[in-house]
Amino acid sequence: MAGKYISLRYGRFSQLIDKKVVRVNIVLIFLFLIVAIISLGLGDYVIHPFDALKAVFGMGDAMQNLVVRNFRMPRIVLAALAGMALAISGAILQGLVRNPLASPDIIGVTDGAALATVGFLALFNTSDNAMTVSIEWLPLASFLGALGVAWLVHALAKKGYSTVRLVLIGTGIAALAKALTQFLMVTGPIYLASRANIWITGSVNGAKWNQDILLLVWFVFFFTVSLWLARRLNAHELGEGVAAGIGVALRGDRTLLIIAATALAGGAVAFSGGIGFVGLMAPHMARRLVGSGHGALLPTSALFGGIIVMISDLAGRMLFLPLEIPAGVFTSAIGAPYFIYLLYKSRGGK
Amino acid sequence: MSEVAGVLKNPVAKGIGLFLCATLVIICMYLSVWLGITNVDWRDILHAYTHFSGTNIEIIVRETRVPRALIAAAVGASLAISGALMQGLTRNPLASPGILGINAGAGFFIVIALSFLHISSMSALAWIAFLGAALTSVIVYGLGAFGTERLTPVKLTLAGASMAAFFSSLTQGVLTADQQSLDAVIYWLVGSVQGRSFTLLLHVLPYFVIGWIGALLIAAKMNTLALGDAVATGVGQNPLIVKMAAGLIVILLAGSSVAIAGPIGFIGIIVPHMSKWFVGQDYRWLIPYSALLGAILLLLADISARFVMMPQEVPVGIMTAVIGTPFFITIARKGGWR
Amino acid sequence: MVLEARAITVAYGDHPIIEALNLEIPKEKITVFIGKNGCGKSTLLSAFARLLKPKAGSVVLNGKDIAKMPTKKVARDLSLLPQAPVAPEGLTVLQLVRQGRYPYQNWLNQWSTDDERAVRHALRVTNLEDLADRPVDSLSGGQRQRAWIAMVLAQETDILLLDEPTTYLDLSHQVEILDLLFALNRAEKRTIAMVLHDINLACRYADHIVAVHNGRIYAQGAPEEIINEQLMRDVFKIEAKIINDPLFGTPMCIPHGRGRNLIKQRQQEQFENRQPTNPVAVKNR
Repeated sequence: MAGKYISLRYGRFSQLIDKKVVRVNIVLIFLFLIVAIISLGLGDYVIHPFDALKAVFGMGDAMQNLVVRNFRMPRIVLAALAGMALAISGAILQGLVRNPLASPDIIGVTDGAALATVGFLALFNTSDNAMTVSIEWLPLASFLGALGVAWLVHALAKKGYSTVRLVLIGTGIAALAKALTQFLMVTGPIYLASRANIWITGSVNGAKWNQDILLLVWFVFFFTVSLWLARRLNAHELGEGVAAGIGVALRGDRTLLIIAATALAGGAVAFSGGIGFVGLMAPHMARRLVGSGHGALLPTSALFGGIIVMISDLAGRMLFLPLEIPAGVFTSAIGAPYFIYLLYKSRGGK
Repeated sequence: MSEVAGVLKNPVAKGIGLFLCATLVIICMYLSVWLGITNVDWRDILHAYTHFSGTNIEIIVRETRVPRALIAAAVGASLAISGALMQGLTRNPLASPGILGINAGAGFFIVIALSFLHISSMSALAWIAFLGAALTSVIVYGLGAFGTERLTPVKLTLAGASMAAFFSSLTQGVLTADQQSLDAVIYWLVGSVQGRSFTLLLHVLPYFVIGWIGALLIAAKMNTLALGDAVATGVGQNPLIVKMAAGLIVILLAGSSVAIAGPIGFIGIIVPHMSKWFVGQDYRWLIPYSALLGAILLLLADISARFVMMPQEVPVGIMTAVIGTPFFITIARKGGWR
Repeated sequence: MVLEARAITVAYGDHPIIEALNLEIPKEKITVFIGKNGCGKSTLLSAFARLLKPKAGSVVLNGKDIAKMPTKKVARDLSLLPQAPVAPEGLTVLQLVRQGRYPYQNWLNQWSTDDERAVRHALRVTNLEDLADRPVDSLSGGQRQRAWIAMVLAQETDILLLDEPTTYLDLSHQVEILDLLFALNRAEKRTIAMVLHDINLACRYADHIVAVHNGRIYAQGAPEEIINEQLMRDVFKIEAKIINDPLFGTPMCIPHGRGRNLIKQRQQEQFENRQPTNPVAVKNR
């Protein structure tokens, strides 16, 4: 055990730290920052990364300061936060369901949020495209939608609990939510459809600082909760029998974990729309590097998630100039092939 | 797939049941022509085809109502058959063209064709839909059906759901870039049998017919395949060929359905289960029952879609989702999943 | 540590599997549950391990109802290894074994000196020290099962419950695992209760056998006392001859039925040598 691990002990505090996890996370943090800085500099107005960094602290010229601090930073921070939240949500769900193919999009959480959002737009939109209720309430609506679906899926799957059933019911509810969303888009006016369409695909375009701060608080809170639950999640992943055998309270933990996962995904979806496949990909990449202990897996997944969404957003901005493609299109374009690869790989297994 | 035998035990009962279903299809088609914002009398229908004089009501009958009823019946039957075949092939009670993403794949290809390639000829669109359906099938269900080890139902369902998510996300991406197309295809994307002309149906009818006949021909072989690859090989069948043929039929039927009516979900799940309840696991009965029940269900869904939000019509794809989800969840809850 | 069931009724839904059953697991002994598939032996073990809550009656650990004790506290006295457990992809042996320390840890305190000592001990006893950093899913069947047993050992409980610890293992690994459990019982005085399918191995390792039939205890006691032809007939619905194991002297079960009957064949060959061959008889064989 020496060499690969460090044992930390102080009074009643003790931890076993895997040196590899530390190394991996340091590298990822660097990567995360580099992507963020490059992303700050790129767009239809290109800024040298070094100048972009200066502008972050308000030390560039006026134009650079304006572009970086008012337009690009809020957007990049939102991309990073949404990516991190979705990644952690996916990691929790995969552990809970004991299926590496689960993710918030598949459980229906994303579709529930989409339904609520489009419903909100349809309900409070007047014919001259003004809102009768402040648009600030939109995130709350989509979060409630996510939570509602999660609760429904959980309640329907509760009888004779099986995680497989949870996933299948999630798929069904997701399909229903999707159909209802489309119904609203079809019956509603066309500008509603196009507006909802962008949101559903997932975009961080037009992010504002106050959104960022709200999501940041939300994220930090539930990230802490998930880290606190990580140890129990490890136990859950060994199966119900084993988890019960080592003294885990199954029912309560499950509810807590589902709340944490939904809150994180719902928060991300509320501000950035349905950015797909991040919750699936990021935990996988992390697992390959740091193994399946959630204490390490959650932060590592978060870093991967942030990086993926930032890169996707950058690609959406840059590749088809002057058109902007929502980041969600890119995450799906990378995510689906990755998913197929995972399936092929897992085919021989259990 | 718990109950092997259905409620109808002997061939005579099954035959009579089939006849009743066929009668019901005709009744439903009549209802479909009859009911709507303007109710059409049977005399008008008769008139429209015998002494066509160009009155409004006769035009409605000939141009909208009758094609609509025929398309609903054909699409319902085809989706149900492809669902039955897919459930057998993948041994997954939840498999269907909708859940496994095949409809979404075909839909994405059609959106690309409409908005980038500006193709609007129906026969070309049908082939494009086949291509999309084929690609998705090969990816998703090829994983499950052609491997040495089958994927578990969960993995397959997840694979399908992911493919569906993938394609709908790409579709939405295309549509955000191209607002005009959005306007044109959104109604189609939800799945609807409204406003399709009779010539549209004629374009894809050959593929439907080939699919239906093929499904009936392959039924006996599906029974053997249901016992597993090893057993099928043991009794002298080549499972790979049967699977390929069944896969091809699924692609033909699902692809043409999507091309003409857009991605209509849940028919492919519900109907095979209803049919199983009647006649058990025997595919020789299951296929015709699925076809007729599928036609009935889609016709009924389409009729009710006219009345839910009078005078506005709800796309039938939404109706099937609303009816189908509770059904899907019941199956999901019942299964002895591990 | 005494574990006993007091008039427990266990049901799945409304369908009772076990009704009003009393049983005490003998202290510091190896107890083996035997019975046909679906007779309720695994259900009984699950009830003892508090995985299933009895509809009536109670499972009592040292005089206290385990349903009323905090689950972590129970986990320090009683450990369970379910049938054919599956480790998540990429989990290393060390990570798995550390999970056994769960009932002793909290969020801050996750690697105390006690934890380290128990984990090291579990790895040493199961001979897995060199494999500690290997992923569990890359190990052979026998090694994998040893890793799971190591996890249960790290829990440092007096009582170990195991549901078919030898399923899916080949014969040499079955013996390896049972030898390991036997050694643990004898050296560390741990009470072991498990479900086994192989009667002969059960008789060889068990101090106490509980034969379960239709949710009731058909018989219990030392193998030598209770395993007989009548029990095989009643519990397993099979005609069998019970002889002494030539190596261990424990009861050994030889089922009747068909086979390449060398003894009868020899008699028949002697008989046929005197008679002309009957073609019909040959065909029918």
